Amino acid sequence: MGGLTRSYFIQRVLMFFLTIWIGVTLTFVIPRLSGSDPTTAMLLTMMNQRGYVENADKIIESYKTSFGLNDPLPIQYIRYLGHVVRFDYGFSFARFPTAAWDMVTPALPWTLILLSVAAVLSFLIGVTVGSLMGWRKTPRWLQSILPISLTFTSIPYFMFGILLISIIAFKLHWLPATGGYSRSVDPGWNLPFIKDVLLHAVLPLISIVLTSMGGWALGMRGLMIGVNNEDYFLLAQAKGLSPARVFFRYGIRNAILPALTAFALGIGSLIGGSILVEFIFAYPGTGYTLYRAIQEQDYTVIQTITNLIIIITAAGVLILDLLYPLIDPRITYKRNVAS
Amino acid sequence: MASDQKVLEVNDLNVHYFTPRGAVIAANAVNLYVKEGEIVGLVGESGCGKTTVAMSILQMVSAPGRIVGGEIKIEGQNIVNLPEKELRKIRWRKLALIPQGAMNSLNPVIKIREQMEDGITAHEKVRGVALRDKVFKLLNDVGLPERVYNMFPHELSGGMKQRVCIAMAVALNPVIIIADEPTSALDVVVQRVVAQTLLDVKTRLGVSMIMIGHDMGLQAQMVDRVAVMYAGNLVEVGPVGSIFEHPYHPYTRLLIDAIPSTKQKKSLKVTEGLTHDLRNPPRGCCFQFRCPFVRDACREKPPAFKQMAPDHFVACVQY
Amino acid sequence: MAVLATNSNTQAAARRVNIWDTPWLNAKFVTGSSIIVLVLLFGLLGPLFWNTDLAFTASSPVNLPPMWDKGGSPEHPLGTESNGRDMLAQLVVGIPASLKVGLLAASIGMGIGILLGSLAGYLGGWTDHIIRTITDSVITIPSLMVLISIAAYVRMPDTTAMALILALFAWPGPTRLIRSQVLTLRERGFVRMALLSNVPALEIMLFEMVPNMLPWLAASLTGGISGAILGATGLEALGLGPTRVPSLGTIINYALNSSALVRGMVWWWLPPIITLVIIFTAFFLMTVGLDEIANPRLRGYGNGK
Repeated sequence: MGGLTRSYFIQRVLMFFLTIWIGVTLTFVIPRLSGSDPTTAMLLTMMNQRGYVENADKIIESYKTSFGLNDPLPIQYIRYLGHVVRFDYGFSFARFPTAAWDMVTPALPWTLILLSVAAVLSFLIGVTVGSLMGWRKTPRWLQSILPISLTFTSIPYFMFGILLISIIAFKLHWLPATGGYSRSVDPGWNLPFIKDVLLHAVLPLISIVLTSMGGWALGMRGLMIGVNNEDYFLLAQAKGLSPARVFFRYGIRNAILPALTAFALGIGSLIGGSILVEFIFAYPGTGYTLYRAIQEQDYTVIQTITNLIIIITAAGVLILDLLYPLIDPRITYKRNVAS
Repeated sequence: MASDQKVLEVNDLNVHYFTPRGAVIAANAVNLYVKEGEIVGLVGESGCGKTTVAMSILQMVSAPGRIVGGEIKIEGQNIVNLPEKELRKIRWRKLALIPQGAMNSLNPVIKIREQMEDGITAHEKVRGVALRDKVFKLLNDVGLPERVYNMFPHELSGGMKQRVCIAMAVALNPVIIIADEPTSALDVVVQRVVAQTLLDVKTRLGVSMIMIGHDMGLQAQMVDRVAVMYAGNLVEVGPVGSIFEHPYHPYTRLLIDAIPSTKQKKSLKVTEGLTHDLRNPPRGCCFQFRCPFVRDACREKPPAFKQMAPDHFVACVQY
Repeated sequence: MAVLATNSNTQAAARRVNIWDTPWLNAKFVTGSSIIVLVLLFGLLGPLFWNTDLAFTASSPVNLPPMWDKGGSPEHPLGTESNGRDMLAQLVVGIPASLKVGLLAASIGMGIGILLGSLAGYLGGWTDHIIRTITDSVITIPSLMVLISIAAYVRMPDTTAMALILALFAWPGPTRLIRSQVLTLRERGFVRMALLSNVPALEIMLFEMVPNMLPWLAASLTGGISGAILGATGLEALGLGPTRVPSLGTIINYALNSSALVRGMVWWWLPPIITLVIIFTAFFLMTVGLDEIANPRLRGYGNGK
């Protein structure tokens, strides 16, 4: 078994931290490069907008101390990294004295479940469609209807979401338009609630899956066409194996490896796009919390969510990276060379 | 050593590749047979259609290519246009392939054991220990250690991989094996080992074989009869001794002259001219543009096969 | 004799090759680029036929439906929204704005990509290792999230600032692509010849490599443009875009904030979405078409008919 070597493991874990570091550093540096000091700026905006802010002195005081506004930038930066490491970003701006972190945690499970289901589903469907499109033995009728599934590929998820809401929810009343569950059900482990939650998840899920699967399908089609011409694929056919076995063990089995790499690289943009879907559907996940935070100019919450999503994405990539050697015995360097 | 039973017959095979700019005639009225226990060499330069013929015999011509005429009989049964399901029963059990290019003919992400076993279990009800022992024996037969069983292709050398392919091909005692340049892409020493393995296995099992290649020297040592192809046409067929002793077709002579020799220094002969555009072959002989002996008769109609010696045929107007 | 015959043969082959017989006439590519040209013409020629001042607040009556609906007026053919902006005028102003952001961000990204990608591919070793590691890291960052958090701090005055910020994440794709292309091309005979004959690296890059990468570069650019437009639209829809100039995403933001969906004001939110879907589909077709041009195997199987 080739499997997971120590150097590969270390390399991937380092990549994990590097990715997070670059991400959180960009969110710190770029605003400050633009000239204005964001913390003062946001306090001013807030004062201007509301005229009167409850506990304004306390907020300003807590920020002056927790951000140390008078310290030089490097020190602020190091302190900021400390926040990132401890998952502690101080108080919510708009809802003092709630901690920013506590504003985000209730939303997290919604996002995690919706996004992981959507990502896996879109990848699985996309890979299946793409492999069938790229396989010579796929029946003619199937070959001709499969491209239909690519129709929505180029539409941004959230725009498709708007279309779905207006047609399926508002016009046809088939499914609920917004929210995570109805007011009329009791949250908890009871059947009506679970059913309600699932119904509310359908439209957001569809808008992500239908628009993102086409990308995987197209990639997989190309990879499958490539594998179709490989010598081992021809030999498998010459061996008189059943078409199913040739398709799965000698086709998909090989073509899916680069597709998985692409999937790991694509998780970030998938999650970014899905955040907007939550906002459109007022889904009680981090995306919607983020939207509200933007409306309320709640910068600490924005920062918390951004960094959290960066970390979650990096973790998803890390998990895929660590699983990869289990399905590709040739591992390590090779994958960096091509693709 | 060969009996007179014809195990494989290719009759009047025509294969065209349909391109946007016209059909490429990759095999034109090819007639060929292989007797039981015989090795037939199919030679010619790259692009002459020898791999097309091999793929046709395997019924694996891929689009845009298509067999447009002729029949291919294995033990008397025509397999052209046989339904996929019937064809699968014949594959590997009667008709095996040793592929070209040792590097990519094994799936890089599947263990050797599984790749050897799936070909067997697709056709025979062998399971468990019996199956494992069978694979061990096959590995032994081609001179590979048993530990190869649990290895991945990237852990093997090129020669070892090719021997795995030979072991796979003989697993079900097929009637005929198509060996498509089995030693190309290997270095010279390994070539010898692989060629020797191939001969050993062949002798032990008495299997018939079509061996495709462009190396006349290698062919001379391994095959019983040689068939020479040029631009989709067979131009000369005969027993290996007879052909080397007296090549009739100018193209065959060219190929034999191209074998390097230590005994004499010869200047490399390069014929002028190119092969014609395979989309619209000229009237008459296919070799007319490169033939040093071309005359008017060559441009009129394609020459018919004439027997020059026992079992030795040539298609050339000179005779 | 033989030579003569050969000549006539090559002539016959040459005759068949005419200017229309080029892979660039890929149906998908041509369709996609024609659509983009049409959309662009709409945005560029629109101001000649329609008063763009109507795109700003309170320039028109509010909540007018389009002219074909009851209560609509030909003075505002696509209707107006709750703040008294004319929809047609907003589209005329918004389309070039969105396309400009995309083109600018993608071009910057491509420029950086060409620089880093060829450096990595050429120099190899540590340079390559560092560039590759950083590129692979950045590519997995959920860029829209970071952009949102940046845009929440930095109020963007105009589309150029927006494009610059979007370019922050527009370079890893091209960098990866160009690096792998340079690595492949380096091994090709004609590049090796050039390397051996001491041709300067820049010259090799520009004259030997770039022409061979052209379809790939073009595919990467069209993909990059639509990616940048997507990012821009996302930010704008969240209300984080430049607020002074209307753009397609901003229209969606206003529509959502004013509950246009619930109020059934289809003429408000649908036109920008349809326009964007057309733009994205066109770029998508161009990208797929260019991929097929670059990689002939993807053109699918003719079944000999």
